[in-house]
Amino acid sequence: MVWVQAVTPFPAEVLRIGPVVVSDTVVLSLILGVLLVVFGRLLFVSRRTRFAAEYVYETLEASVLGMTTVDARPLLPLVLTLWLFIGAANLVGLVPGLQSPTRDLSLAAALAVISFAAGHYYAFKRHRFAYLRQYIEPSLFLLPLNVLGEVSRTVALALRLFGNMLSASLTGAIMVYLAGFLIPVPLLVLGVLTSLVQAYIFGVLTLVFAAAALAAATPKRPSSEDARPEPKEKT
Amino acid sequence: MTAQDWIAVASVVTAGLTIAIGSIGPALGEGRAVAQALDAIGRQPDATDRITKTLFVGLAMIESTAIYCLVIALVLLFANPLLP
Repeated sequence: MVWVQAVTPFPAEVLRIGPVVVSDTVVLSLILGVLLVVFGRLLFVSRRTRFAAEYVYETLEASVLGMTTVDARPLLPLVLTLWLFIGAANLVGLVPGLQSPTRDLSLAAALAVISFAAGHYYAFKRHRFAYLRQYIEPSLFLLPLNVLGEVSRTVALALRLFGNMLSASLTGAIMVYLAGFLIPVPLLVLGVLTSLVQAYIFGVLTLVFAAAALAAATPKRPSSEDARPEPKEKT
Repeated sequence: MTAQDWIAVASVVTAGLTIAIGSIGPALGEGRAVAQALDAIGRQPDATDRITKTLFVGLAMIESTAIYCLVIALVLLFANPLLP
């Protein structure tokens, strides 16, 4: 019964390995990750599910690529994985006895760090150090403000996911405590919407920030690689 | 009342004020954003998809200010560093 006691709107320790405290967030997100990979493999067993999966993938790919003006194809796996994982992690909170792992600031912060690092990684891969030019963009004096903006938007990314999911989880718990059985159902329905929208937002913001970094070092004349019109600053 | 009690009272009052005052701005901002988006959709129904996508991202950005207030209120109530 350790698990049932441990699972509250606030993350708690379920087991301890030496000095390492393992919270229910860690357990649940690892299980979820493995399940997603297994499910993805299972889709390829039958031809029919495989076609369905490919159709969904192509729809999502088109919607991601249509969102930016730069060539965002390298960012595609990251954004789709974020959608899938955060969406699943948010919705898992609906299962009785489970709480969504994203209500833990640690997981939200980890995802935000991944999103931050990915932007720099892909920009560096395409432009080498030229992408750092975006930080001295209109003038060199704005360097501190640009760096501050970069940090604060990563923090905002983490806090937004964490705050939304924790508040959804807390309102559910408070309604059960005050009103009782079945009363929080409308709140849960609202929670489904919040969960999906937050997963979508997290992926889109990652895409937009990374695409801004990719676009920052694009030369003034359009290269052969992306012959589309000069992208505007997104943020 | 001891100093501890005063800190507890101040934390609860401040948490209430934080979420009450802090949600006014984002509420006005989100209302304005949605009104403008509906206006834009009314003018250009063809661009609905693009407007909706941008609207959602924008709403999330506006909402994050309210979420900051919520986080501060939650810290004051449940993880107050000033109380033992």
